[in-house]
Amino acid sequence: MEKIKKLILDTVKDAVIEEKQILTVTVSWDKLHLLAKTLKDNAELPFDFLVMLTGVDRGETLGVNYLISSSTDISVEVILKTDAADRENPLIYTVTDLYETAHLNEREAFALLGIRFINNPDMRRFFLNSDWTGFPLRKDYDPNPELNPVSIESKEIIDITPRIMEVDGKLVEDTANIFEADDYIINIGPQHPSTHGVMHFRTALDGEIIKKIDVHSGYIHRGIEKLSENLTYPQILHFTDRLDYLSANINRHGLCMCVEKAGEIEVPERAQYIRVIMDELQRISSHLLAWAAMTNDLGATTAFIYGMREREHILEIFDKTCGGRLIINQNVIGGVMFDIYNEFQQDVKAFIPYMREKLKEYDRFFSHNVIALGRMIGIGNMTKEETISYAVTGPAGRASGWSCDIRKHQPYSIYGQVDFKEVIRTEGDSYARYLNRLDEIEESLHIIEQLIDNIPAGEICAKTKAIIKLPVGEFYQRIETAKGEFGVFIESRGEKQPWRLKFRSPSMALVSIMPLICKDEKLSDFIGIGGSMDYVIPDIDR
Amino acid sequence: MILNYSQPLELDGVSKALDTSLSALPDFWRILIECVLVGVVILTTYAVIALILIYAERKITAFFQARYGPNRVGKWGLLQSVADTIKILLKEIIRINNVDRFLFFAAPFFMVCASVMTFGAIAFGKGLLAVDFNIGVLYVTAVSSLGIIGVLLAGWSSNNKYSMIGAMRSGAQFVSYELSAGFALMTIVVLTGTMQFSEMIEKQQYCWNIFNGHISSMIAFVIYIISGHAETNRGPFDLPEAESELTAGYHTEYSGIQFGFYYLAEYLNMFIIAGIATTVFLGGYMPIQVHGWEGFNQVMNYIPSYVWFFSKTGVLIFLSLWVRWSFPRLRIDQLLALEWKYLLPINLVNIVVMVILVLTGLTLTDLFPSLF
Repeated sequence: MEKIKKLILDTVKDAVIEEKQILTVTVSWDKLHLLAKTLKDNAELPFDFLVMLTGVDRGETLGVNYLISSSTDISVEVILKTDAADRENPLIYTVTDLYETAHLNEREAFALLGIRFINNPDMRRFFLNSDWTGFPLRKDYDPNPELNPVSIESKEIIDITPRIMEVDGKLVEDTANIFEADDYIINIGPQHPSTHGVMHFRTALDGEIIKKIDVHSGYIHRGIEKLSENLTYPQILHFTDRLDYLSANINRHGLCMCVEKAGEIEVPERAQYIRVIMDELQRISSHLLAWAAMTNDLGATTAFIYGMREREHILEIFDKTCGGRLIINQNVIGGVMFDIYNEFQQDVKAFIPYMREKLKEYDRFFSHNVIALGRMIGIGNMTKEETISYAVTGPAGRASGWSCDIRKHQPYSIYGQVDFKEVIRTEGDSYARYLNRLDEIEESLHIIEQLIDNIPAGEICAKTKAIIKLPVGEFYQRIETAKGEFGVFIESRGEKQPWRLKFRSPSMALVSIMPLICKDEKLSDFIGIGGSMDYVIPDIDR
Repeated sequence: MILNYSQPLELDGVSKALDTSLSALPDFWRILIECVLVGVVILTTYAVIALILIYAERKITAFFQARYGPNRVGKWGLLQSVADTIKILLKEIIRINNVDRFLFFAAPFFMVCASVMTFGAIAFGKGLLAVDFNIGVLYVTAVSSLGIIGVLLAGWSSNNKYSMIGAMRSGAQFVSYELSAGFALMTIVVLTGTMQFSEMIEKQQYCWNIFNGHISSMIAFVIYIISGHAETNRGPFDLPEAESELTAGYHTEYSGIQFGFYYLAEYLNMFIIAGIATTVFLGGYMPIQVHGWEGFNQVMNYIPSYVWFFSKTGVLIFLSLWVRWSFPRLRIDQLLALEWKYLLPINLVNIVVMVILVLTGLTLTDLFPSLF
């Protein structure tokens, strides 16, 4: 870390370095790109993984926080902070050329905070319409519905993007066309059976071959981050379930941990065990659904129903524990809401051998089917470099040979005490992602097996104050969900509500790489690749 | 002959009785009445078979997928397809803006007409054959390929990009697999030396064609089943619809009974393919007969011929459903590669092999005349 500090100070002399929970560096807006580039090119420990890009309204100024990490060791973290000089016309240099994942994140920051990024080739608003009045996450935003009336008119989609480029040291505002004039464009989504939610891909086709994809999102954007700013921490919890609903419990675990870390709340060990077992069950259920949905995307309806059949057993266990099936409301700040029921261990132990048997059946039924192999092997290739640049984590990232499991690298809760293998493949195609998920189910079963008989007795929830106030500061928490790395950022100003809350959505990274890996593939394969990436749209449209 | 007494359940007596009772009328009226009767019977059978097939498919699919299938309307859901038919008849036909109205409305009829016309040429049992063409095989091949016009028109006139892609896929697929299906049938024509269905069936009394031409026939049978699947847009070959890619492909914009026509035709095409395969390869309505086993032959003969036909067809349909619900979907280039790079060359060689088998007397009937 000393070396990194020295490197930072050598690059930008007036950088302010603070030793907090994570090393925090504040630089002026015009130096940020240089610093990020230097850190990324650092041969010893390249900071080439942009974990989170968070736009913040700091009151006086508008700023951006970058949480960067290294692909070689994702537990190393540095926060870069910068503020735009002018609140009326906030400008910051883009880092899209360094981290591709910044592209959609910067567009999100533009839509929600109005910060424009110089040299970003596409500065349309993400989530919001181009004619939206005001920037919702600014503190002086006027939520009056008359300013943004609900339109029932269908609007033509305009494929022209504004942008602001630096040419010979001068800033030039111009526009660019997304598609060529005579492209044959079809809309895959927003209502489409295989986009796994309300996602819209504008796709330019050359016959059956995909030329270009333009991602539109925001059809179910609910403004969860904005809503959270007016709610207390326990009230925010349920929002996490509405992000990636398939990893609802894991998301919630992440937010709880972030609040617990900030509020220094000790979680009883029994609660930790229950949380981890539930997380792993949730992970299995999510992977089962991903497997099922992928086979359905490839046209095998029977396999889809087999996946649902096995998932039902997990939902049954959830149901008996706390009454919920998809969204289980189990985690609360300080522990869990419901204790396990009497036959819980028995049910889970019965499920483990059953699931193993079914995994073998899946293997026989689908994994070696000639047609299935033809539809998966060598399709949707991503290299390790692309994966890191687009910050694609989770089973998809690990299928390209990138070791990015937070449970291994930054063990949280009791993951440090259990033995499990990080499933890594290097092929980077749909088939590797497919197999990774099935193998991760096996690893999750292995984790549950180790814990299920050793759940300690004791409290299930720590005593917390009636009103939870977090100390002033910025708090980050990263957690491994079924789709990849989920992150929580809370900026607290000592209130009972957060000043700014941001969720890092793993699905956004998965979708952002789709245009790259689907280029020059067939239309059918686009659907198959989508299935192998396994994104969930509400996770993007926060 | 004994046969007449041993087959009390056959229906050919009915048609003969009809013939004799109408023989008093002048030719014109006789033919007219017969045509109308045959037409009514064929259309009714068509509809009834569709109902049964839809129910059967749903139940069999449920069996494969560990579900119950329809079980609410009537005992075991037996009336489900009747209820569905009534529903689809009552549904509104949505008027769609910016379609080519004439072609849009005409397209489903092409589909249904083609399938009814093919259906009419199938021999369901002894005497249950509407027209016994001497070029039956050629007729079936020709007429069944008319259906593609309906698909292409639907895709084109819908003015919808998904429909268009679906229709184009369908066109490529249909043209390709029509070749294979035709060649596979030709192989058997070489073997039997006739294109007439009734004659073809009679020749299979003791030895089905699939055994008679052994290697060559087996290959032709497999190819015919594969390309038949592809022609009906089912199984792993349902790319034109590909609900997970193109929502519903060429019939995305259709509603109510217009959609019903496509649905109906799809099911019947499955039946027709199985029916033709039965007729050409599996001895059609002929019961299982063995030379010299007179008692056994009598018992088999006692089962009416249409039961034999429908059972054999049923087995093939079950096979087709099994395939459909087990395999994922092919991609268009894989589909075409399968046809042009594998099936077609194999087929061409296979015909030559069959010609050699027939000319050199290596078919089973030639080798063991006493057995077959």
